[in-house]
Amino acid sequence: MAEPLLRVDRLVRRFGGIVATDNVSLDVAAGELHAIIGPNGAGKTTLISQLTGHLEPHSGTVSLGGRDITYLPAYRRCALGLARSFQITSLLLDFTAADNVALAAQAHAGHSFRFFANARKEKGLRDAAHAALDRVGLAHRADVLVSRLSHGERRQIELAVALASKPKLLLLDEPMAGLGVTESQRMVQLLQELRKEVSIVLVEHDMPAVFALADRISVLVYGRVIASGDPAAIRANEDVKRAYLGEAHVVTHHG
Amino acid sequence: MKAFTVSKAVTALLVVGLVLLPLYSQASGNIFILTLFTRIIILALAAASLNLIMGFGGMMSFGHAAYLGIGGYAVGMLAQEGIGSGFIQFPVALAASATYALVIGALSLRTRGVYFIMITLAFAQMAYYVASGLARYGGDDGLTVYKRSDFSGLVNLSNRTQFYYLCLACLFAMIFLIWRVVNSRFGLVLQGLRSNEQRMQAIGFPSKRYQLVCFVISGTMCGLAGALLANNTDFVSPAMMYWTRSGDLMVMVILGGMGTLFGPVIGAVVYLLLEEFLSQLTEYWALIMGPLLLLIVLFGRGGIMGLLGRLNRG
Repeated sequence: MAEPLLRVDRLVRRFGGIVATDNVSLDVAAGELHAIIGPNGAGKTTLISQLTGHLEPHSGTVSLGGRDITYLPAYRRCALGLARSFQITSLLLDFTAADNVALAAQAHAGHSFRFFANARKEKGLRDAAHAALDRVGLAHRADVLVSRLSHGERRQIELAVALASKPKLLLLDEPMAGLGVTESQRMVQLLQELRKEVSIVLVEHDMPAVFALADRISVLVYGRVIASGDPAAIRANEDVKRAYLGEAHVVTHHG
Repeated sequence: MKAFTVSKAVTALLVVGLVLLPLYSQASGNIFILTLFTRIIILALAAASLNLIMGFGGMMSFGHAAYLGIGGYAVGMLAQEGIGSGFIQFPVALAASATYALVIGALSLRTRGVYFIMITLAFAQMAYYVASGLARYGGDDGLTVYKRSDFSGLVNLSNRTQFYYLCLACLFAMIFLIWRVVNSRFGLVLQGLRSNEQRMQAIGFPSKRYQLVCFVISGTMCGLAGALLANNTDFVSPAMMYWTRSGDLMVMVILGGMGTLFGPVIGAVVYLLLEEFLSQLTEYWALIMGPLLLLIVLFGRGGIMGLLGRLNRG
C-alpha cells in the first residue's frame, strides 16, 4: 500500500486525569472519505483540533503526505494542503460571502504584505472565490454579508472557504450540524461531488449521511478507536452496537 | 456613481472648510482660529493613525500618545544638539517611532484583550517616566524648541499659514494612505483578523506578523504627528505621552467613528472644539463634556459617522 495521505500514529492527549485522545492511530488514503463517529464526549473534536494544529498532543505523531506536521502551527498546515471547516460556523460575519472565500484564496496566493493595490479588484482572487461559491451553489449570494445569510448557507460558505484553498485533505467537523432535512440532503449531495476531487475526513453525528458517504469509518469511544473498517463491517460490529446502545438501531436500520 | 449620503456631504464640507480656513483667518484677522486648527489637525492625524490599529485592526492600544512624545522628543533633542534640519529631524522621528512600535508590538501582541490594553498602557507610561528622567533635555519641566524644523526654504514652519498647510497635507496624505492600505490585501487580512482570528489562522494566515506590521505603520504615522506637534507648540514635555493623552486620542476615534476613514478627523474636531469652548464657559467644563460624550457613544453606536449613516437611511 502506498504512503497514506494522512497518518495519525499513537496520538495521546490528556486533560488533567482524562485521556481525551488515547493512543489513536488511523490513516486516510488519497481519495478516501474517512468518517469518524462516536458518542458525545468521545473526543472527536479534540482529535480534529490536533490534526488542524489548534491543540498539541502529548505524544504521538501526525503526518501529511509523509511529512511530520505534529507541531506545525495551524497556518503552516493549511499551506501544506490541509483545510478545515468548523463545527460551530466560524466565518467573518461582517464580510461578504465573496470576501470570505477570496481571503482563503488570497492566503494561498503568496504573502499578503501588499499595501497599495485594491485586493477586491484582483481578478484571480475574485474568480477563485466565485468558482468556489459556484461549487457549493451559492454564486448568487456572493455579495451578501455573511451575517445576513441563513445557517444552512453559512455551512455551505464554510465549505467554499475550505475549497478555495485548494486543499489535498478536507477536515469537516460536523458539516450537517443544525441543518434541516432538505439542507442536509443538499449537503450530502455536495459531499458526494466533492469526494471525487479531494480526500475528506468527516466527523459527523448524522448516521445515514455517514453510512451513505464513507469509504471507511473509525469509531471513537472514550478517546480510543474501538473499530475501523468499511460501513458494512462497522454496522455488523458488536462493540460498536454496544457503545451506541440507544443509537444502535439507527446504525442497523439504514440499508 | 455612488449615491449621495449625509456622511459624505459632511466629510466634503469638512475638507473644504479645512482647506479654506486660512483664507477666513486672514480676512477676519482671527489668528487664534488658525493656531487652534493647526493643533486639531495634528491630533486628528494622531487619531487617524490610532484608528488604523484600533478601528481596522481591532487592537485596543492604550499607549498611543507615546509616539507623539517620541516624535516630539526626536525633534526637540536634535534641535537642542544643534541639528535643526527637518530633513534629519523628521526621518529620525519616524524611525524612532517605528523602532519603538516594533519592540512594543512584538511584546504586546503576545497578549490579548484587556491584557493588551494594559501592557500598551504600561509601556507608554514607561516612556513617560524615561522622558521625565532626561535631565539633559529638561526632565519633568520639558524642553523648549527654540527653532522650528528647517526645510531649507521648501516650507517655512514659522509661517503660520505654511505650517497649517503642511499639517493639513500630512493629514490628507496619511488618510489617502490608510484608504489604500485598508483596501489592499494587507488591509483585508487585518480586518479579517479583527473579525475572527481563529478563522484567519485556519485558512492559513500567520496573524501576529500582520498585526505587528500594522502596529508599526500606525506608530510611525503617529510619530509624524509628534514631530509636527513639537513644532506647533515649540515645546516638548513628558506630558505629551501621559496616559490621559492616549485616552483623549481613543475618545476622538470612538467619538468620530471607529473603522471609518474620516471618523477620527471629525472626532478630533468635535472633541477639541468642545473642549475649547466649554472651558471658556466654565471651569467645570469636564462636567458637561463627560455626559455629552457618554450620550454620543451610547446613542450613536459607530460614533458621529454611524449617526450620520443612520440619518441617511431615515
